[in-house]
Amino acid sequence: MDILSNLALGLDTALTWSNLLYCLIGVFLGTAIGVLPGLGAVATIAILLPITFGLPPVSALIMLAGIYYGAQYGGSTTAILVNLPGESSSVVTALDGHQMARNGRAGVALATAAIGSFFAGTVSTLLLALFAPPLADLALQFGPVEYFSLMVLGLVASIVLAKGSLLHALAMIALGLLLGMIGTDVNSGAQRYTFGMPELADGIGFVAVAMGIFGLGEVVGNLEDEKSRTVMMKRVTGLMPSREDWKRILGPIFRGTALGSILGILPGGGALLASFASYALEKKVSRRPQEFGKGAIEGVAGPESANNAGAQTSFIPMLTLGIPSNPVMALMIGALIIQGIQPGPAIMTQQPDLFWGIIVSMWVGNVMLLFLNLPLIGLWVRMISVPYHFLFPAILVFCAIGVFSLNNSTFDVYVMAVFGLLGYLFRKVGCEPAPMLLGFILGPMMEEFLRRALLLSHGDAAVFVTRPLSAALLAISALLLAAVVLPAVRNTREVAFQEEG
Amino acid sequence: MSTPIKGQQDFGAGLIYVALGGIAAYIGSGYRMGTGSNMGAGYFPMVLSVLLIALGVACVVRSFLRKGEPIGAVAWKPLILILLATVLFGALLEPLGLSLALVVLMLVSAAASHKFRLEWKAMVGMVVIALACFLVFVQLLGVPLPRNPWFGL
Repeated sequence: MDILSNLALGLDTALTWSNLLYCLIGVFLGTAIGVLPGLGAVATIAILLPITFGLPPVSALIMLAGIYYGAQYGGSTTAILVNLPGESSSVVTALDGHQMARNGRAGVALATAAIGSFFAGTVSTLLLALFAPPLADLALQFGPVEYFSLMVLGLVASIVLAKGSLLHALAMIALGLLLGMIGTDVNSGAQRYTFGMPELADGIGFVAVAMGIFGLGEVVGNLEDEKSRTVMMKRVTGLMPSREDWKRILGPIFRGTALGSILGILPGGGALLASFASYALEKKVSRRPQEFGKGAIEGVAGPESANNAGAQTSFIPMLTLGIPSNPVMALMIGALIIQGIQPGPAIMTQQPDLFWGIIVSMWVGNVMLLFLNLPLIGLWVRMISVPYHFLFPAILVFCAIGVFSLNNSTFDVYVMAVFGLLGYLFRKVGCEPAPMLLGFILGPMMEEFLRRALLLSHGDAAVFVTRPLSAALLAISALLLAAVVLPAVRNTREVAFQEEG
Repeated sequence: MSTPIKGQQDFGAGLIYVALGGIAAYIGSGYRMGTGSNMGAGYFPMVLSVLLIALGVACVVRSFLRKGEPIGAVAWKPLILILLATVLFGALLEPLGLSLALVVLMLVSAAASHKFRLEWKAMVGMVVIALACFLVFVQLLGVPLPRNPWFGL
């Protein structure tokens, strides 16, 4: 059994004392920052990124993965206790989770979220181990033509899955691709959009952009309507779900895991759509749909499982193809590059210990979350109750240190300020910035693959449809786009997202 | 107030797209275009700029046709203070060192909240955070951050 020996290698790597420790630190820090209202997974990882610089690559990645799960889990905790989801994928958790907390069942809601996440994490780790190797084999046969088409598919999928207007998603991607053009053109050496500044010759830093938009922009947005929050924290007691509860959550957990695993592989914030879709599904199949929104435990179990399953499987395209499926994965790719590792299908064959170590550590991280978080609930509650006017200066401190220490450059701090302004502007006009970040990451790669593909084919654009793999990828993209424009699908998409309202 | 604009957000977003696309196209027009089989530095950016402008125009057109969300008031005070705090941090970090730059960053940004008061507890907290960051990042993790030239923090 190949998989077994691979998993054994992963266990060897992940279960060393030092890696266990880094996983634990990651999970703990991730949860601690993630519970802070208004800080999602992207901001949390961006803030904590500098801590991993000094570590060996495997440990750094293990810690980052731990931060990611921790942040997600922390986001759900905040959603349940204060009705202030730290990130978009826990928005649906807040709907019923917070109602449960109001009904005095905060403990059960938190436990349900943890159990659902753990089950989903276990299943999707196995899926990752099963499907990643064949995908990487396939990816090794990819040429520039296939890579270009794959990225087109990725971007199209991110448009389809993005919430809000298609027009905006498309425009934000174009803008992101353009931002990716800043710097030296690798083919001709021409300086593009550098305004004569030598600091821009290498392009603008992804972390500075992400922190500006998700860090500063969010802080300003949150200060816009500063209101006092009430934490549902009087007593968080009665953690264990009752027998009746178990009966009600098993189905949603299974369905959520299946839904999340599939949607997570698709590029463009799969975890987000997964939690929305799971909520809509549970509401539809439930015998008590009228309870949804009033504290239905299914409304916590399903989306939380889907969310975590999606988060795990979104590692598949990142690890096998080197293509990020959401901004978090884009940050992971950034971290890999900082560690001197070129993401792509070669990772699995050249650094199997890294690859399998990360996969196994994800499961280990989930176990830790399960056993660590429920006892520590009191600590998280105290972190949540820190008033925002004390919190945001500290958030800025982490953003500033993080951005500066990446390249030791004050220029990056200014770049972050500029994107903070842009982030706030986008927020005001209702644009979702996530597609822009994807475009920004993919921009230089896409241009490079397009150029190479057309150079090899002597300018004949037909190669994109005559090579079978590429044609298939483009056909899927076209189908996806067509599907969104069709009224029927459009309506369900809107239904899936409207729950947030 | 009755303007023909029904979707303020769409209108604003459209203007941003057109403006950014326009700038990119204007600057990009100076780069070599090349041909399909041998693309110059300007080829891909130009395609994207034109696409962005077109999408921006579409957004503006839609804002006259479809009802949308209002933009709402701009939170000038937080916006300016947060950005100012960040820029000040960048400017002061190298001459003054990490701890002092952090104190300035926190002080200026904290003023953005309407709950901001100059009280000694908050001041102590700020100094503690600045010193803790110095200890964790510079001493413990060895991140090379600038120190104050006079007292080394």
